[in-house]
Amino acid sequence: MSLLHFFLLLPFLLAAMLPLLNKLTKELHPGWLAMAAPAFMLFYFLSRIPEVSKGRSLTASVPWIPSLGINLDSNLDGLGLLFALLISGIGALVVLYSISYLHPRKEAVTRFYVCLLLFMGAMLGVVLSDHLIVLYGFWELTSITSFLLIAFWHKREVSLAGALKSLLITSFGGLAMLAGFLLLGLAGGSLRVSELIDSSAVLAASPLLLPAMLLIALGVLTKSAQFPFHIWLPDAMEAPTPVSAYLHSATMVKAGLYLAARLMPIFAGQAPWYILLTTSGLITLLYGAFRAIKQTDLKALLAYSTISQLGLVLTLLGLGSVYPTGSTHEYAVYSTAAAAAALFHLVNHAAFKGALFMTAGIVDHETGTRDLRQLGGLLRFMPLTFTVALAASLSMAGVPPFGGFMSKELFFGSALDAMRSGSWGTAAFLIPVIAWTASAFTFVYSAIFVWRTFGGSRRGEQADASHAAVQEAPHKQPNDARHATMRAPVQETPQDARYETLQETPHEAPLSMLLSPMLLAAAALIFGLFPGSIGPNVLQPALDSLQPGAAEAFTELSLWHGWTPELLMTLGVFIVGGALFLIAPRVPLLNRPLRVLFSWNGVFKGGLRNADRASERLTSLYLTGSMRHYASYVFLFLIVAVAVTTFMTGGFRISFSGMAPVTVYEGIAVAALIAAALAVPFAQSRMMAIILTGTIGYLVVLFFVLFRAPDLALTQMIVETVSVTLFLLCFYHLPALKREKIALRTKLINGLIAAASGIVMTVVALGAFSGRAFPSISDYYLKNSYELAGGKNVVNVILVDFRGFDTMLEIVVLGIASYAIYGVIGLKWPEEKVVERN
Amino acid sequence: MELLLALTIGILFAVGVYMILARSLLRVILGLSLLTHSVHLLLLTMSGLKAGAPPLLGEKADSYVDPLPQALILTSIVISFGVTSLYFVLAYKSYQKLGTDDTEQMRREADE
Repeated sequence: MSLLHFFLLLPFLLAAMLPLLNKLTKELHPGWLAMAAPAFMLFYFLSRIPEVSKGRSLTASVPWIPSLGINLDSNLDGLGLLFALLISGIGALVVLYSISYLHPRKEAVTRFYVCLLLFMGAMLGVVLSDHLIVLYGFWELTSITSFLLIAFWHKREVSLAGALKSLLITSFGGLAMLAGFLLLGLAGGSLRVSELIDSSAVLAASPLLLPAMLLIALGVLTKSAQFPFHIWLPDAMEAPTPVSAYLHSATMVKAGLYLAARLMPIFAGQAPWYILLTTSGLITLLYGAFRAIKQTDLKALLAYSTISQLGLVLTLLGLGSVYPTGSTHEYAVYSTAAAAAALFHLVNHAAFKGALFMTAGIVDHETGTRDLRQLGGLLRFMPLTFTVALAASLSMAGVPPFGGFMSKELFFGSALDAMRSGSWGTAAFLIPVIAWTASAFTFVYSAIFVWRTFGGSRRGEQADASHAAVQEAPHKQPNDARHATMRAPVQETPQDARYETLQETPHEAPLSMLLSPMLLAAAALIFGLFPGSIGPNVLQPALDSLQPGAAEAFTELSLWHGWTPELLMTLGVFIVGGALFLIAPRVPLLNRPLRVLFSWNGVFKGGLRNADRASERLTSLYLTGSMRHYASYVFLFLIVAVAVTTFMTGGFRISFSGMAPVTVYEGIAVAALIAAALAVPFAQSRMMAIILTGTIGYLVVLFFVLFRAPDLALTQMIVETVSVTLFLLCFYHLPALKREKIALRTKLINGLIAAASGIVMTVVALGAFSGRAFPSISDYYLKNSYELAGGKNVVNVILVDFRGFDTMLEIVVLGIASYAIYGVIGLKWPEEKVVERN
Repeated sequence: MELLLALTIGILFAVGVYMILARSLLRVILGLSLLTHSVHLLLLTMSGLKAGAPPLLGEKADSYVDPLPQALILTSIVISFGVTSLYFVLAYKSYQKLGTDDTEQMRREADE
């Protein structure tokens, strides 16, 4: 148990104790208690920077299931530290923000913080685990806690639907990833990441590598909301805004990116891996940016923007894994640059997106709506919020001197290098083109975010004018989440009510709420102005975990680096993006919801619906409720299984050698038995049927006599007599055996099943008789019956002496049967439960 | 002889299965008892039907028939008797309560 493990467990401990602590400190907002975990963790991880930046990584291990080689192995290297800092740092800010965002009396705040702390611990576990199984455990815990947090307002349909969707998609990816992990462990002989990296040469030659890679990529793409699994993220915006800011911009959605980065030393150089990552990232980048422009809900815009930015990072990670570690290819350096750009943008994005979500939450909180069509002119009322939003949006759009500018420059540089490197064939020119187009779109939606919220005039006054437009729009009306909890079925908040809230004069948010986004926006600025503040200390060690022995990519990072093609591309982005923003309101393609024949949401919903319907149809196909059908399945299975096995294994052979001769007497008995048996199905009265069955029983007695089994004959005789007596006793109460009205087809099928079972039984009987492998053990009984047990009737000696247990339990069976019969006949049944028929 | 008996066993089994697939509960029970007979005969045939004295040591014969299957069949007869009686009583009771012995009509009112 090391200090590292203590800090890993701290959020869980605090989550367990929070309800109790909250009871003890009634007046205190539980957020202040919850703050302890991320604050201490941040302090601890900050204090580790000097050590980790020297290239030393902290490892610790606690035995968990040593017999299976599964231990809580933790490894705090550069990459782990980078993520740990993000998680604890933004975690602390989000907790601070949520203290003034969630009202302690109107909301279940304790539950909120318990879930949030659990998530924090799980996320920290993901990034610090060195063991793949442990990583998977924490990974699923993030899915579950995210599910709980999205459905925080669980009385609303949309929250539940969003939570379920995200859980289905991410746990689908998680399970695929588990399979990939296991294959990887099988191929590499270990489940520890550090050991797998050492054996990457063995892995590269393994045929299991490709399936493992594809399955793990599924986990990466689903968790990080990449195309076509991005659909859960916009719906997850039904969560409280602090959750959206924390989980769905800064931490959980980056778990997939973390995994791609963590496994880069293993998969680098594998064409399927980097092609998949890069293509998926580029598609997501462009698609997310394009969709973000069309959104009218602030949080939906930010969700699509997050999808797009995550695609950007994934593209860079894909470009970063083109060349294997230690490659001497002249363009291998650009791989390192791409990986470095990925890490830089990862940090940048966490800062500005966190700030943007928080400002969106503030706007929502103070005006009662997040709808861009109703917002506007807030600059006068909320200057501080505007400043924060402007800074964060500029960073998102890639305007100097913010961090986003530099990460965009690095991105363009990597895209151009990728085009020149020749690894991408004829499609190479697409990489910078897509990157540039998506950046132009990014500029547009960043401008929309700021201008439509804060610019222009107050919208509330002209409510009637836009009223019609709002109603026409097919889009789901986003609701003010906070009002939602108070007014139960929120889906259809009356339009007028919202305009009323708008007409209140909005005012600046309290400083406690503004503090977190201000700090994040300041960070975005600092990353741009002083990249040296995090470059060499935090990002360089992280880059070393991605590409061991990589060049020092972060030393010459600076805001101004001359007139490069990248800079010209950025200028082009500003010009084209600005123009697009100005014409956007007049171009339907840019401001109307996309009308498509095919949407991934539709695929998802249709898939769920059809899966439901198909399983229902399948079940009702065979679960008919008819006993005859079930019996048919049983016998058909028996026939097929036995017949196939018999013929496949050569069990069917008949030897006539050991057979006893047939006497005339026996022949007649057999003929009588067969005749009686065949007559049974044709019996038209119950009396006839009972008597025929009795006849068969007595003929069996005759066989027992013929084959020298006196005890059997005796017993069978008595049992048959009693049975027939019993039948006849109840005879009076039984219904008349009606001629069954059964379709000929059914009769035919029944007959076929019956005949086939009969044939199978005959074959089994003959095969078993002919293929006897060992002599019988009965000689022992015959020899020792008298000496050991003192009896001359060997059958009886076997029953009560050699195999007495059988007899005892058979007596128990009879006892139970008689009790049951007594119960059925003798006990009084409650009359009201009887279902009347006919 | 074994060949002939194997054939008989098959026919008894087939008739038993055919009866079990019927709709009337009485037929199903009769079918079950036919299946039982068939299996008992199968057990007996498996041990060989060659001549020999009954397994009573007082006979002082050179060879006896196999006593073990006989013990097994004896156990089985008793058990199947118990089970058949219970089935029979159940059929009787369900006819009394439900007013039908047609298995196709013995369904829950509404599927859940």
